[in-house]
Amino acid sequence: MIAFAALLERLAFTPSRNTKIALLKNYFAETPDPDRGYALAAMAGALSFTAAKPAMLRALAMERTDPELFAWSYDYVGDLAETVALIWRGRAERPNSLPPGLAEVVEALKTTPKADLPELVAGWLDISDSSSRYAILKLITGSLRVGASARLAKTALAESGSVTPDEIEEVWHGLEPPYTPLFAWISGHAPRPDPKDAPVFRPPMLAQSLEGVDLTTFNPSDWRAEWKWDGIRAQLVKTLGGERVYTRTAEDIGHAFPDLLEILTDLDSHVVLDGELLVMQGDEPAPFADLQQRLNRKSPARTMLRDRPAGVRLYDILFEDGEDLRNLPFDARRKRLETWFARLSPPRMTLSELIPFENFSELAALRESARSEGIEGLMLKRADSPYVPGRPRGPWWKWKREPLTVDAVMMYAQRGHGKRSSFYSDYTFGLWREGENGRELVPIGKAYSGFTDEELKFLDRWVRAHTTARFGPVREVEQGLVLEIAFDAAQYSKRHKSGVALRFPRVARIRTDKPAAEADELDEFVRTFL
Amino acid sequence: MDWLAPEPEGLFCIPGGFYIDPLRPVACAVISHGHSDHARPGHRRVIATPETLAIMRLRMGDDRAGDVQQPLAYGEEITINGVTLRLAPAGHVAGSAQIVMDYEGQRAVVSGDYKRAPDPTCEPFQVVPCDLFVTEATFALPVFRHPDPAHEIAKLLHNLRLFPDRTHVVGCYALGKCQRLIALLRQSGYDRPVWLHGALISMCALYETFGIPLGELKQATVAEKAELRGGIVLAPPSAIADRWARRLADPVVCLASGWMQVRQRAKARGVELPLIISDHADWDALLKTCEETGASEVWVTHGREEALIHALGLRGIKGRALRLVGYEEEDETESETEADEVTA
Repeated sequence: MIAFAALLERLAFTPSRNTKIALLKNYFAETPDPDRGYALAAMAGALSFTAAKPAMLRALAMERTDPELFAWSYDYVGDLAETVALIWRGRAERPNSLPPGLAEVVEALKTTPKADLPELVAGWLDISDSSSRYAILKLITGSLRVGASARLAKTALAESGSVTPDEIEEVWHGLEPPYTPLFAWISGHAPRPDPKDAPVFRPPMLAQSLEGVDLTTFNPSDWRAEWKWDGIRAQLVKTLGGERVYTRTAEDIGHAFPDLLEILTDLDSHVVLDGELLVMQGDEPAPFADLQQRLNRKSPARTMLRDRPAGVRLYDILFEDGEDLRNLPFDARRKRLETWFARLSPPRMTLSELIPFENFSELAALRESARSEGIEGLMLKRADSPYVPGRPRGPWWKWKREPLTVDAVMMYAQRGHGKRSSFYSDYTFGLWREGENGRELVPIGKAYSGFTDEELKFLDRWVRAHTTARFGPVREVEQGLVLEIAFDAAQYSKRHKSGVALRFPRVARIRTDKPAAEADELDEFVRTFL
Repeated sequence: MDWLAPEPEGLFCIPGGFYIDPLRPVACAVISHGHSDHARPGHRRVIATPETLAIMRLRMGDDRAGDVQQPLAYGEEITINGVTLRLAPAGHVAGSAQIVMDYEGQRAVVSGDYKRAPDPTCEPFQVVPCDLFVTEATFALPVFRHPDPAHEIAKLLHNLRLFPDRTHVVGCYALGKCQRLIALLRQSGYDRPVWLHGALISMCALYETFGIPLGELKQATVAEKAELRGGIVLAPPSAIADRWARRLADPVVCLASGWMQVRQRAKARGVELPLIISDHADWDALLKTCEETGASEVWVTHGREEALIHALGLRGIKGRALRLVGYEEEDETESETEADEVTA
């Protein structure tokens, strides 16, 4: 537990991805089975214990602490598990005992009846130091926000052997904690685990951005075009072992989409499909915000399923009845997909249509005219491209619509993280409106990308020289700098005072040439984009 | 006890006519230690340990450290208007002292800031039995129990082994924490040069004249980025996450402070490697010390008074909050202005 607790502590405070990977690799190398497997499971969110509740922790701590002192402490620390971990007295009285091992804790939590938990947990806390206590408490309450995603942990694991993260993904969902066969394979002591019929995730093929690529060198007949739908990329899997809906980062989101799982269950075919998950309004995709509502729910209510039904636009077929189709060229897979679709015509699924075109200027015009909901731009795929996991450069391109832009005024700036922690790199910007006391700025969003290193230095200097107030890490600045903000879409939002929110806002240009008073008005913005 | 009173200027010894750590210039001040919220410039007469006087002269210049500077070594006694005054080690920083006053058969001890944990750079705290004990309460919550500093130093050195190319920059107070860190590093066998931000250099030199060896120290400000790779750089807390730190090679930002015990505090400071090293008494030490002095009454000057007074009450000791304003929580109040100005 000591090593795991130390790892959690370092991960929580470390902003850099590479550092996190190095810390994880070091941990996997120095920690034996099954502890390292349970640590991996904890980070991947594959452990959950339902019997231990925060109320139990509080009760345990209250038995041993004066209630007033506990209340003041909790008030100061702000986190229950952390307060209990710090306030608990244990190790000092038993300096020779070691904290329980990670595996011991996980296995005991799985099997101990609820009534026996308080005594068991108290015993662990008694023999642990404060950071081990924190790790134990976070583990049992299931709120282990470790600052490392499942994917990052798998990447570190892959790097400690000679496999790729994608290879791990392909076996991952067929394995259970503590993943001993996985570690054995990665360290070269055992063959690759065989997922057999498990509905495992297949790492998706992603496209590179077409920006800066010269289309005139492309031969139109080598290419296929599709709409790029504005939902989330999803993988639907149906095997002998079950059904799954995965995101493109291997997250199992089936619980949020029981309507899709049901369709997969009824499907008379074993397949792996690649498509865009959307919320449908009749035959048309609903705005992205509707999909977000669905994604936010762990299990959607019946009204939600009725009002925001999920659908999938199919792009590709990866497996059909046990046959791996990924090495086939795109055209051949497309044919298989169309045939399969025609045979089964599964409800809620549609084919993402191929767009016929003669030349790229025709496509470009089409791309700009298609401003409908649910279309982000175009996809270009080579007719002969096999389905290659990752983001290979060349076979697939995404050709997004030109972003929308608005001229906004910087209002607040905040320091960034990691390498940017000495720079004011996060900017809140606003638009003008008539307020009760005259013309005022109202914030519509926050941007922390889009600028070059040189521009960042300029912005940082500007913020420091034009600060009017400070609120902790945030500086309020003079209303004097216009930022041209690029964004993909605007939507109504209750979260912001202005009532609007932007998708993917970023700084397109710094408009030192434009007086702040001439930046855009909120009214005009709403009329144009909403 | 009616001959010691909190006044707007600070704690006042009525028969002795002197203030303890006064916040404004006064005729006669007894100074517990050299931190700037306790040792302020402009007093007419200053009584303090020779080390504290030297620190004051270094920080404010000879002329502002008191028109009359009266050194009083630990254990020496002087009498002012019937009040016998002596200073006892407080274990906080070099020269730090508790102020011991005897008057008409009663004894009051003002702790100043103190700690009970061992510190190679200063005399250990001495328990002085008394009737009234005036204590600080910076870390007076039961969540504050400082770990063994050797464990924290081991954490730093382990990380340095794991990331040998990164510069480890440790934020620390110029007076006390900085020299203690260096001494702790030396104790744990670290014998490479320690790099210093410009603002820390003169205080380290002064400590060496006190007979506290710190090993090889080098100036970080003039060094090449590559030279600092894999090194330990000490800097004021205000400099570690600001423009000054940009000169360092892929820095790991560390901060040595008792506040690092609480995750949110470390996160809010953008600290990558928090080191829980404090020069103040933790919760256990505060309670233990109050009990060991045998005082029937404890006054609490600054920090989290209510929790300490509540806990003392449970032990049958009468507590009183003085609510003296003007003493800072270590690391808490330094403003960003300072950070912007410290570019040296």
